[in-house]
Amino acid sequence: MATDTHHHHNEHHDEPSWIRKYVFSTDHKVIGIQYGLTSLVFLFFGFCLLMMMRWQLAYPGEALPLLGKWLGEARMPGGVMAPEFYNQLGAMHGTIMVFLGVVPLAVGAFGNYLVPLQVGAQDMAFPKLNMSSYWVYFVGGVVMFASFFVPEGAAQSGWTSYAPLSIVTTPAQSIFRGQTMWLIGMVFLITSSLLGSVNIIVTIVQLRAPGLTWMRLPFFCWAQLVTSFLLLLAFPPLEAAGVMQLMDRLAGSSFFMPAGLVISGKPWEGSGGGSALLWQHLFWFLAHPEVYVLILPAMGIVAEVIANNTRKPLWGYSALVWASAILGFLSFVVWAHHMYLTGMGTAISAFFQTTTMLISVPSIIILTALILSLWGGSIRFTTPMLFALAFLPMFGIGGLTGLPLGLATSDIQLHDTYYVIGHFHYVVAPGTIFALFAGIYYWYPKVTGRRMSETLGKWHFWGSLVFMNTVFMPMFVQGMAGMSRRMYDGGEAYLHNQHVLGFNRMIGVGAWGLGLFQLFFIINFFWSLKRGEKVNDNPWKATTLEWNTPTPPPHGNFTKIPDAYRGPYEYSLPGSDTHKDYYPQWEPDHVAKAGPKETK
Amino acid sequence: MSAHIEIPYNMDERPDTGLYNAKLGVWLFLASEVMLFGALFSSYVLLRTGASTWEAGHLILNWKLAMVNTFVLIGSSVTMVMSWAALKMNNLAKFKLYMGLTVLCGIAFLVIKGIEYAAKFEHGLLPNQSTFMAIYFTMTGLHGLHVIGGMIVNGYLLGPGSKMWATEPQRFTNRIEVAGLYWHFVDLVWIFLFPTLYLLPGK
Repeated sequence: MATDTHHHHNEHHDEPSWIRKYVFSTDHKVIGIQYGLTSLVFLFFGFCLLMMMRWQLAYPGEALPLLGKWLGEARMPGGVMAPEFYNQLGAMHGTIMVFLGVVPLAVGAFGNYLVPLQVGAQDMAFPKLNMSSYWVYFVGGVVMFASFFVPEGAAQSGWTSYAPLSIVTTPAQSIFRGQTMWLIGMVFLITSSLLGSVNIIVTIVQLRAPGLTWMRLPFFCWAQLVTSFLLLLAFPPLEAAGVMQLMDRLAGSSFFMPAGLVISGKPWEGSGGGSALLWQHLFWFLAHPEVYVLILPAMGIVAEVIANNTRKPLWGYSALVWASAILGFLSFVVWAHHMYLTGMGTAISAFFQTTTMLISVPSIIILTALILSLWGGSIRFTTPMLFALAFLPMFGIGGLTGLPLGLATSDIQLHDTYYVIGHFHYVVAPGTIFALFAGIYYWYPKVTGRRMSETLGKWHFWGSLVFMNTVFMPMFVQGMAGMSRRMYDGGEAYLHNQHVLGFNRMIGVGAWGLGLFQLFFIINFFWSLKRGEKVNDNPWKATTLEWNTPTPPPHGNFTKIPDAYRGPYEYSLPGSDTHKDYYPQWEPDHVAKAGPKETK
Repeated sequence: MSAHIEIPYNMDERPDTGLYNAKLGVWLFLASEVMLFGALFSSYVLLRTGASTWEAGHLILNWKLAMVNTFVLIGSSVTMVMSWAALKMNNLAKFKLYMGLTVLCGIAFLVIKGIEYAAKFEHGLLPNQSTFMAIYFTMTGLHGLHVIGGMIVNGYLLGPGSKMWATEPQRFTNRIEVAGLYWHFVDLVWIFLFPTLYLLPGK
């Protein structure tokens, strides 16, 4: 009966209109590409905000060439950055990079495009929800972007929006104020990630192809599964907190406003009785798992690229799977290690120090397994592989520098200094973003049918690697010298950090150099669409199911729903010959092992 | 010609998981809802323990009306189950009767809630008066939005959505089950809200 109605349905929808095909599409691949392009634009935008900030830090009080005049007197009086505008740039750089850039790229784009392909499904479990997830995200992005143009500009209280600052800044009870729009934008983004994560989990649990048992699932899918659970369960508390902050700003309540507050010499008019720490708890209950939302999909991508380019099975596949599941679980009980400085008490600090040390164990297991996977491999140094390889030490530096922040004693010295900025940027920028670049170079041929230029790719890689480190390595030195973050003048007013101020110029040059080398990527991305080398369906000689589709995959993905006959990384197994060193998941034994014939 | 796409298990259970897609989906959604309201209840605990004074709900809120509302909502959960059971017994007329009652109960709940809110506004008991009033309005307001959301879904399933019964009865019955799971959750939240806000003594 169901088939009948579907048939009937189909006759009317042979060729969907252009709008249904490219704008309001329910095809997970189109949605993935929409997510990808939108988030890349936001990443670039967030990076531009950062490049402007670095000018002010490198040359405090000097007029910004060219752009200064163009941005208007309110933001840049006489071409010099106003402190309020600097704060907007800081808050929005963090917000945009995390919530509109990296997560939508890692989960919205990669997850949407690849998960159904890798599990051998024709689409996501709920295609219409998938489409609404993208559009809700899009609206959230527009709200965030538009907040730059309301009176007094965008949010200015950091990406963490700590109360009471976030409530008393631009306090008008109008929705057209930066912080209020930030909160409304976040509600949209949280709703979008809720729809997306439910979809990814149901797709992985329910739509796995015949024979694709749990332990035959590519590690990328495991990473997406754990990530989706984190998004599903960690984001709602921030939504609750966002609603409460909206109440504080719009309805005059005092959820986050303690009694007896005096703001600019005037007693606060609200009832008081709230708790500023409550915001921090709810915020970090999301924002720490969010770190793993940023890093797990990156690990998933790196695992795929490494297995393929070492031509070896991943070392410790089941250890990787278990470690990521434990990582996901533990990430819910480490949040207050962001709050040692608040005086929440030694007992609570002791608990969170313990859990924080514990969570480093699965992280190290994952990193170790990925490094050991290289051992004895005959490595192909393709552009995706270079980015994946660089991910390992970069994420390693980011992870290891986190340990002193996880221990209250050393954290009290380092808290809110540039050391923290260096630490988490190593995790996210040369860590996650390098992995995302690896993923773009690796799956680009499947999406477009053409390979990206290796030459431009290598320029992009080496430039990015050098300049990423130019930017972030000096921050550790500055931070250990006690230089605080969020300083409008880059710390110029303080005596104790004068000897490390020179690094601000070095970091500035690094940031602009990094920007310059991204042009290689942008040019490569568009040039290869038309001019890249044409490829067959499986150009990297890979084993997972997405390489069993026509290129680019049509609506419905597979010509025939595949069966999975083996695990995901059967490269160079004993008995395989020199003509074909890989057994794809979709080939039965008698085909896979039948000698020199290549798959199409 | 676009390919013919059929998502598997959007109606029947997948043998190894024992679930159809929407059922797993709604359980995951409810898990996130538990975290949403869990965060609000945790906030209540943290704010209350940190406060020097706290109003007694039964002195400033109308606990009698809220008690009536509790029974209205529990009643609507019962009729919701009955409507699903009616479909299981192939009785569309009975389904419509019970689903109609469910929607009516939802309306009754909101009307009573509206009377309560109006009285609070009249007496100037607004969110800016105290943390208690703030959390009262936030939690009951958010719960009210969930009731409205559920009524929109239920109303759709009672009206235009019920056409699916003629073509895909199994799928339609699943939809009622999924909507029911959500509706029971909304009911459950209220069962926690009622004693927390209306009955607990002050300090």
